[in-house]
This record gives sequence, structure tokens and C-alpha cells, in this order.
Amino acid sequence: MKAAAPNLVVAPIGEPVVVEKPNWLRSLLLAPSVVILFLWMIVPLLMTIYFSFIRYSLVNPDQSGFAGIDNYLFLTQDESFWPALINTILLVGAVLIITVVFGVLLAVLYDRDFFGKNVAVLLVIAPFFVMPTVSALIWKNFLMDPVNGLIALLLHTLGLPSFDWFANQPLLSIILIIAWEWLPFAFLILFTSLKSMDQEQKEAASIDGATPIQMFFFIVIPHLKRSIGVVVMIETIFLLSIFAEIYTTTGGGQASTNLAFLVYSLGLKQFNVGIASGGGILAVVLANIVAFFLVRMLAQNLKAR
Amino acid sequence: MKKSGELVWAILAWIVAAVIFFPIFWMTITAFKTERGAYSPDLIFVPSLESFQDVFARSNYLLFMLNSIYVSVGSTLVCFLFAIPAAYKMSFFPTGRTQSTLVWMLSTKMMPAVGVLVPIYLLFKWVGLLDNVFGLIIIYALMNLPIAVWMSYTYFCEIPAAILEAGRIDGATIWDELWHILRPMALPGLSSTALILIIFAWNEAFWSINLTSASAAPLTAFIASYSAPEGLFWAKLSAASLLAVAPIMVLGWLTQKQLVRGLTFGAVK
Repeated sequence: MKAAAPNLVVAPIGEPVVVEKPNWLRSLLLAPSVVILFLWMIVPLLMTIYFSFIRYSLVNPDQSGFAGIDNYLFLTQDESFWPALINTILLVGAVLIITVVFGVLLAVLYDRDFFGKNVAVLLVIAPFFVMPTVSALIWKNFLMDPVNGLIALLLHTLGLPSFDWFANQPLLSIILIIAWEWLPFAFLILFTSLKSMDQEQKEAASIDGATPIQMFFFIVIPHLKRSIGVVVMIETIFLLSIFAEIYTTTGGGQASTNLAFLVYSLGLKQFNVGIASGGGILAVVLANIVAFFLVRMLAQNLKAR
Repeated sequence: MKKSGELVWAILAWIVAAVIFFPIFWMTITAFKTERGAYSPDLIFVPSLESFQDVFARSNYLLFMLNSIYVSVGSTLVCFLFAIPAAYKMSFFPTGRTQSTLVWMLSTKMMPAVGVLVPIYLLFKWVGLLDNVFGLIIIYALMNLPIAVWMSYTYFCEIPAAILEAGRIDGATIWDELWHILRPMALPGLSSTALILIIFAWNEAFWSINLTSASAAPLTAFIASYSAPEGLFWAKLSAASLLAVAPIMVLGWLTQKQLVRGLTFGAVK
């Protein structure tokens, strides 16, 4: 980022002073974006909060009136709520761990010249551009199908019993698919960040007799710290709203429902606006807790530099 | 010794690339198989365009593809309409509030979509925007606006302010300044911004599945309908998917270098 551009041109004495246009005119350029983003952030959120405190069902118009915290009580006592919350946390946590660990390893692996490197990088980042519904369906059918899937064929060839991924481990299967989608993201950012690393520092360390493992933990990881923070933060925002992959593979079911899917099925399938809104608010609270810790972590990282 | 070590690493890197890309490769070759041959794992087969023909004959595929193009290009244009003036103001005439405004814009992305799904659905129902291309264009433009502002801002910041000042001294109007001075210099950055916004909108699946059905569904929502029972038709699924994914993957590959900046709001370059 460049230094702040001069707001006023201070003309040396004797030269014509540039006539500055009034500032409010320029503020008009910024205002539309700020206003629509503000509305987009605040209006639906206020509506969700309001709905979460009233009785409101699209299929049962008789229900009306103030509900107090009944919607929240109903939700937390519903048998699908706690599994959904736990699944949300498991999904975000597992995908973060897989993508960051393998992202770092891949970035280090690719931090060297080899034949056809540019093409190999394109292949590695390709899954990020595949739309979620396509990713979910090609994994579910071509790879994980218990009869005709390639993994089943491979297990069969090795003489091992076949494994029905989505019947036995629906959440794990979804985690694998999403990790495949997001690994390229982590890789691309960490790989880019690694390229900006001081080569002399690496050379100096290796002349001093640092082993590759020492180099990894004492030079590479500290350098990547901030980028890892960025990856974790951005992935978390997206992973909290994972929906399409569940919708196209298991279509819910307690073992694989997360908070986003629960809100969808309460609100858009059972048309219980009040209770679904309660779930939506809980998702917002969860996201804000995560955002709070992540922003703090990032701020500390920035200070440490 | 060193040479052979390098070779081992290179081979490992290529194996990893092949494994990660494999599902896409498999989808691509399955698209060229017949429905009968799609279940067999054979690599050698007679390529056929049968499933592509089926996709076009049995579904309104062109409509869904057009919807995808409308919403991704449309939302990007709307986005730019708002983002470019805002980024211009913030990068060339920053005030004490500029940094916090930028951070606030980014923070609007931390709102999980599911938190506002119910009210947006109801609002759209009331005003007739459900299953309407314009509804999705509005949502995607708002969703992408912070990214558009951030990216345009970082690109504008790389243009020396002195050039614009020189123009102003020579009597250039704001319009001259934007069109004749800024546009040519900012064009490369803005085009990669546009490509990234198009990619995001093209692949968005949460809102498209929830807010559209038969008439305004883009490809993400259409492919979701293959989950059952058409998911059994692997060749058709592959053909439809390949057509949906290939153009955007090429765009993604072209913008690879700028992608990182867009994805991290300029935090990593």
C-alpha cells in the first residue's frame, strides 16, 4: 500500500493554487457503496432478529404474537440442533486442519524449480474453480459410490471389503470433498507467500548447517504465519455457510446436517420462519465469536512482526 | 546425489498434482463416454458426443447457461458501478476514515449467508424476485462489492496520484480524469478484478439453490438437480458438469496471479 496520497496540493508561493472541488462531491462517490452495504448488512439481520422473537409459520397462519425466547428454547431442545452445531464445528475445524497442513506441505514441495512446474500448479489449483455442486456430485458418484466408484474398485482389486462412504461416514465424506475444494485456496496463498521469502535467509541458514527440518520449523513456518492466519480467517467465513455440498450429497440427515442446512430445512422446507430465524441468529453469533478470535489472532501476528 | 534428490521431489510434486486433478480428469473423460460405458473404469474407449447431445436435447441447458452468464456478468457490472467511484475516492482522496471504512466493508463479508437467508427469501417472495435473474444479480453484486472495492482500491493505489493532479491542473474534469487518464492505467487490474468477481458469482451455490427454481436457475442450481435420480446417468452428469466448469476454470487459470490478491483482500500479494 502506498503512503497516503496528499489530500490537498500545497502550492508553493507564487504558483497558481489548484482549485479543489468541494469535498462533499467526492464523498458522494463513496456514499452509494457504503449505503447499500449498510442496508444489506443491517436490514435482513434486524428482520432475522425480529422473526426469531415472534411466532411466525408460513403454513400455519394462526400462529402469531410475541414468542419471547420460545423459538430459541425450541431449537436448543430439538434433537437435531446440537448435532448440527457440533457438525458445523467439526466440519470447519477438520477442513481447516487438512487444508492448512497439506497447503503448507504442498507450498514447500512446490517451492523449487522442476520440469513443467507452471502446468503442475494449474492442476493443483484447478479444484477451486469447480462449482460446489459439481465437486460434490463427481466425488459422490465417480469416486465414493460403494459399487461402481473408483475407490470401491480399487479396494476390490486389493481384495479389501468395499466401503459405503455416505452411509457410514457422511460427515467425513463431506469433509473430504470440501477439503479437496479448499486445499487449492490454501496452497495458492501459501505458495505465493513463500515466493516472497528472502532467499538469502534460506541460503545463510543452510550454510550454517541447518537441516531441512530445522529450516521448515524455524524459517518457513514463521514466515508463513500471517498468511496462514489469512487462510484460516477467510476459509472459516465460507465454511460456516457450507450448504450446497450437503444438499447435493446426503440431503441432510442428522449425521451430516450443519447449522446452515438446519436453518434451510426449518425455514424453507418446514416454513417455520420464527424457529429458522432463531437458528440463523445462532449462526451469526457463532460467526462473530470466530471472527472476534481470528481478528485478535491476526492483530497479534501483525504486532509480532 | 543432489541431482537425483531434485528428481525425486519433482516426481513427487507431479504425482500430487495428478492425484489432486484426478477427479476433474475423470469427469472430463466420462463426459466423452456413452451412458453404457460410463460405469466401467476403462481408460481406452471410443469417444462419443452422445451425452453432450443428450444434455442439450433433454434439458433446457442453454437457458441455465445463459442464466449463469447473465447473473455473473450482470452482477459484476452492477458491482463496478458502485465500487469504482468508491475505490477512486478512497485511494486518491483518503481521509482519516478511509482505512476503517475499508475494514468495515470487509467485515460485512463475515456475516454468514445463512443468518439472513430467511428474511431475504421472504423479501424476494413479497416483491416477486424469487426465481428471477435480477434477484440473484442484486445478491451477487452485494456479496462481491467489498471484494470489488478492495481490489480496485489496491490497484488504484499503485497509480501515482501526481499524474491525476497534473491532469487536474491542466483543467481535466472528473470525467476526463476517470476516462482518459485513469481507465487506461487501471484497465489491467480492473479486468482481473472483473474475472474474479465473475468466477465467484458463477460458482455461488447457496443463494442460487435457495432463491431460484426452473426459470432463473444458473448452472450451479441446475447441476444440483442431478443429485437424484439423474445422478445415475454418469455420462450426462459429466457432460453437463464439464460444460459448466471448463470456461470458468480457464478464466481462473488466466487470473491465477491476481487471484491471490482478490482472495485475501490485498493482504497477500
